[in-house]
Amino acid sequence: MSMKRRDFFKLTALASTSLVAGAVRAESETEPIDCDKVLAVLVDTVICIGCRKCEWACNNANSLATEDLKAFEDKSVFAKRRRPTDKALTVVNAFADGADPEKKYTVKIQCMHCNDPACASACLVGAMKKNSRGPVAYDAWKCIGCRYCMIACPFQVPAYEYQNAVDPQVRKCTFCATRVLEQSGRPACVEICPCEALVFGSRADLIDLAQSRIKAHNGRYVDHIYGEKEVGGTSWMYLAGVDFAATGLPKLSEEPPSHQTEPIQHGIFKSFVPPLALYGLLGLVMSSLRQRNDREAKDE
Amino acid sequence: MSNHAGAAPVRVRFFTTGTKVLFCLAMAGLAAYAYRLIAGIGAATNLDNQYPWGIWIAVDVASGVALAAGGFTTAALADVFHKEKYHVIVRPALLTAMLGYTFVVIGLLADLGRYYNVWHPILPSMWQGNSVLFEVGLCVMIYLTVLYIEFLPIVAERFKGRVRLPGPLSMFNRLIESWLDVCERYLGRFISLFIIAGVVLSCLHQSSLGTLMLIAPSKMHPLWYTPISPLLFLMSAIAVGFPMVIFESILASRSFRLKPELPILSAIARYTPVLLAAYLAVKIADLTLRDAWPYVFEGSYRSFMFIVEMILGVVLPLVLLSVTRVRQSVNGLFLSACLVIFGVALNRINVFLVAYEPLYPGKPYFPSVFEILVTAGLISALVLVYRWIVMNFPVITMLNHQEPRVTMTAISSPNSFPRSK
Repeated sequence: MSMKRRDFFKLTALASTSLVAGAVRAESETEPIDCDKVLAVLVDTVICIGCRKCEWACNNANSLATEDLKAFEDKSVFAKRRRPTDKALTVVNAFADGADPEKKYTVKIQCMHCNDPACASACLVGAMKKNSRGPVAYDAWKCIGCRYCMIACPFQVPAYEYQNAVDPQVRKCTFCATRVLEQSGRPACVEICPCEALVFGSRADLIDLAQSRIKAHNGRYVDHIYGEKEVGGTSWMYLAGVDFAATGLPKLSEEPPSHQTEPIQHGIFKSFVPPLALYGLLGLVMSSLRQRNDREAKDE
Repeated sequence: MSNHAGAAPVRVRFFTTGTKVLFCLAMAGLAAYAYRLIAGIGAATNLDNQYPWGIWIAVDVASGVALAAGGFTTAALADVFHKEKYHVIVRPALLTAMLGYTFVVIGLLADLGRYYNVWHPILPSMWQGNSVLFEVGLCVMIYLTVLYIEFLPIVAERFKGRVRLPGPLSMFNRLIESWLDVCERYLGRFISLFIIAGVVLSCLHQSSLGTLMLIAPSKMHPLWYTPISPLLFLMSAIAVGFPMVIFESILASRSFRLKPELPILSAIARYTPVLLAAYLAVKIADLTLRDAWPYVFEGSYRSFMFIVEMILGVVLPLVLLSVTRVRQSVNGLFLSACLVIFGVALNRINVFLVAYEPLYPGKPYFPSVFEILVTAGLISALVLVYRWIVMNFPVITMLNHQEPRVTMTAISSPNSFPRSK
């Protein structure tokens, strides 16, 4: 018996204290975000005319290679359902009215800037982070490129620079964070929208606005603000004239995805008690069985 | 008490037909790996914005970690629960785990877009305690370190008193000797701390790998989407531990022309049907409680994969290994072990790839030639490194009752490190 039991427990105690200290530090980081006050955008797909100027403005605002504004008048892209990519952080899709196939609606999609973003919960280095004023920001400097945020996002929004071999980034709508947070401006897409299909404001105000639009125009809108409750609420919200199932926006539960994983993680690591308890238990089994074996060896 | 006295380097030729094939595969994998680094993930893989994870995550990382579980299950059995007769399999299992995790990291680096940032989770300023992946990453990093520490006594045993570096390097001889001396003298005393830490760390990240995909409830097929996924991952990792030891031991004995250590392998194989039955019971209870049985019979590609996983990978080996005659035959053991390994690997592939349904249905993911080459190359390289290490370090024990058909090297040290005398 070379290892003295006292040493063993001393070391265990030392290890546990330092671990618990670390855990407390890690747990106290989160600040509550007032989701009524966060910045938001209301997308009214009934008003939207599908001019795609927002796509052009977005490319410019994010210094992405872009064609002339004229080229965006091309409506043939609506033949295929598109998704945001690393080269186009927002895209407009067209969908048909179920009752009247002649009538087309258009819907702009981009990062929804969730109240409780799955990407931020998933990211192991905190490269995705919800700003207390709304935008979910990406920090390429921290990112290790594991793409778990892309797995986690219920809207399948983050896109990856797969063609970049050296320092690929995750690309998604930034909510024009610099303009919005530092220059008290509006996002580029909202700015350019010619028919005010995009409205920028505080989330609570926009929910009021959406509700009043639904009430004021009887039958013009379905009675549902997409994003008010989905995955715990999003900063980008939608109004539609037909059932949202037709819009291509996914049907999602009201529970944020992080509620599936975080309770498990925090349960396992509750102040590091479960792992340390397992450590202690195994240590106890090990040393008691060793004593028994030693005794048996002596008896022989 | 550690009965490693018999462990000795195996004396065989390194290159045989088999190892030449593996060497070619490893070289092809290396070339594909280099191509990935130069041309990028987009050029080398079939991954896209819908399918951000492919076989490098499902096979190299998730299956790799599961199949390296033999290290911690064997350590728990032999060192924690003091089943002394199993000490002969501790070192091979430890080596498998050490190499397994090393290659998991090498495989992961290929998949990371910014692989040079892989160390970021260590920085407290970047800690993200809500992230499942953070825990997995940190646990794997620490566990890999623990595995290397656990292997150090074997290095010390091999080289102590025999450090003779050539030429100008000989100035380091004394320094290295004193290091080995420290390893042997003090590490043996505290090795128990590391062994238990290894078991705890394994339980943590093996289960957390099962939590990873729970972040995508709307994108996962209900057959595999269950809140007890972490428990299922842990139970299946524990169940595959001994079959993996059996699989390797039989392969190694064939390759090195040793007699398989049948009594020991048959003895550890007794645990497997019990562990598989427990796993199956939890799986059945889970399907029943979640009313998920209709999905099993929905006749889709996913339900087919689930049935294959459960019948071939769990039920069949459970039945086979319950039969004493199967457990006492080399072929029976080998076949059953292969089935369990297949079942667990397929489970990981199913959870990470098959169950995952992205939002924008495009062309389904199938690995590219480069992805397959890297994966095959990593597995081949692992086998080659394993072979080289058991030929140069005292890892494999030949029991006294065996007729050694090969000459053992003369330089093996007769005494074990003073672990707990």
